[in-house]
Amino acid sequence: MKKIRRIFGKDIGAALFFLMPALILFTVFTAIPVVAAFFISFTHWDLFRPPTWVGLDNYTRLLHDPIFGKVMKNTAIFVLATVPLQMGLGLLAALALNRGIRGQTFFRVAYFLPAVTSTIAAALVWSWLFNSNYGLINAGLSMIGVDNVPKWLASTKWAMPAVIIVSVWQNVGYAMVLFLAGLQNIRADLYDAAALDNASGWSRLWHITLPMLSPTTFFVLVISIIGSFQVFELVFIMTEAGPANATNTLVYYIYQNGFQFYQMGYASAAAMILFAIVLLITMVQYTTQNRWVHYDT
Amino acid sequence: MIRRKTKKSIVDWVLFVLLLVGALATCGPFAWTLATSFKPDAEVFTYPPQLISSNPQPGNYVDLFLTLPMARAIFNSLVVVTSITILQVIVCSMAAYAFSFLRFRGREALFVVFLMALMVPPQVTLIPNFIMVRNFGWIDTYRGLILPFAFSSFGVFLLRQYFLTIASELIEAAKLDGCKHWKIYLFVVLPLARPALGALAIFAFVSQWNNFLWPLITTTSPEMQTVVVALSSLRGQFSTDWPLLMAGSIVAVGPVLIVFILGNRSFISGLTAGSFGGR
Repeated sequence: MKKIRRIFGKDIGAALFFLMPALILFTVFTAIPVVAAFFISFTHWDLFRPPTWVGLDNYTRLLHDPIFGKVMKNTAIFVLATVPLQMGLGLLAALALNRGIRGQTFFRVAYFLPAVTSTIAAALVWSWLFNSNYGLINAGLSMIGVDNVPKWLASTKWAMPAVIIVSVWQNVGYAMVLFLAGLQNIRADLYDAAALDNASGWSRLWHITLPMLSPTTFFVLVISIIGSFQVFELVFIMTEAGPANATNTLVYYIYQNGFQFYQMGYASAAAMILFAIVLLITMVQYTTQNRWVHYDT
Repeated sequence: MIRRKTKKSIVDWVLFVLLLVGALATCGPFAWTLATSFKPDAEVFTYPPQLISSNPQPGNYVDLFLTLPMARAIFNSLVVVTSITILQVIVCSMAAYAFSFLRFRGREALFVVFLMALMVPPQVTLIPNFIMVRNFGWIDTYRGLILPFAFSSFGVFLLRQYFLTIASELIEAAKLDGCKHWKIYLFVVLPLARPALGALAIFAFVSQWNNFLWPLITTTSPEMQTVVVALSSLRGQFSTDWPLLMAGSIVAVGPVLIVFILGNRSFISGLTAGSFGGR
């Protein structure tokens, strides 16, 4: 016993007790499944017969699968559209609120409500708003004189923009809340110094606020990109990936292959691609952050 | 100086109006949903659309609870989400205690492993977890819905951040008094960490209430569906009955909005605290 304590530290007994539930759950539901997903991606497995090892077959099939190509393109468009929009609007709202405008609590709650709303419910509500014949949006558009109102979710051209709009609607409050917290962490004496120098509002924004906010911006960027890559529920309810795969995205494709076509190996290979993308983005961002993120210590 | 002040107040007014327009965009859909949910079917397809029905009907809510299994779904969600929330608070606070106050070999390494788990997209573990839970015979059971979420790396991380702000003198004093670790955990650390535990609880409640993909694939009978899954199957059954679908959305969203509006301060502070420690 003494020897064990000397090797593993004096609190090892208590540590085992306190960590046991977490370790068991983590091992069973996270660690083992991550490793298993990797191996399953090298098999063909329909759950009715035992899996067969096929090496890299799933990955080569993915490379030559025209739908997967489309899925990756759609996902990229979705990420490139939603991330700047939700970050830009979130930052603008946070900057406005941070001026000490009245009703800050009200606005904070009002902007954050969509973020706590079930995405399934939000997608249903917006499907109704985007309804091409009776929806509020087209009613509004024709009221202001738009003749050819888009068919939104039924159109290969407009379905993706519709999904993007809803995603931005849902996530803008989250970005805003994080930016607001970041803004409130900026030391007030920096602005006092700027006031002495008679710096204009724009120059304060450009030379103090934005550089001091860059750690927050960096964090919001990372989680927004990773979150956007995982879009699923909006697509599931609003378009079911249609029309003609116009809104099929990576996670929907994983779901489709795994749980509609029962191709567990193929779906796992697509999931490993998602994993690789998320890891790559995280790594690239952490290695490049020194160039533009300013940490004030 | 005076000119600058009036300029500032004009800018503030413009921003205030813009923020109001933004709030209309974020909250408007909720109002429209509520309004539609009380409309008789015929009124939905009138042009131009009316915001308030001339003849509001509660019938959709009656249908949801009497002829459709929504009451059962709410019960399921409450059982599942409350269990997950309680388990996460217990499991994560115990682990966070070990990471904050105990000295043992491999502590930092293990913590890093937990942190790295935050980078694994949940869709990666989805398929193996599904196959495992299916082999356990846990499809359509509360166990299958609850246990995979009983631990959260984010929760450990959030609580550890808070635990580290507790003065270590307090812990040392308790140890000198001969307190065992489980007593320090229960009677010193947990009471002091109530704000952080509350933030984690609200966060877990909201995110699990809205969780969709896992309950979708691990429930096959309507009796075991959670609210959000029940709502999505309404969509399949009544695809054009918009008033009913909107009533269902209100029912699915209501409990979370109440929890959020009551606890928004600790929810948002927990969220930002958790994220800012993350870098």
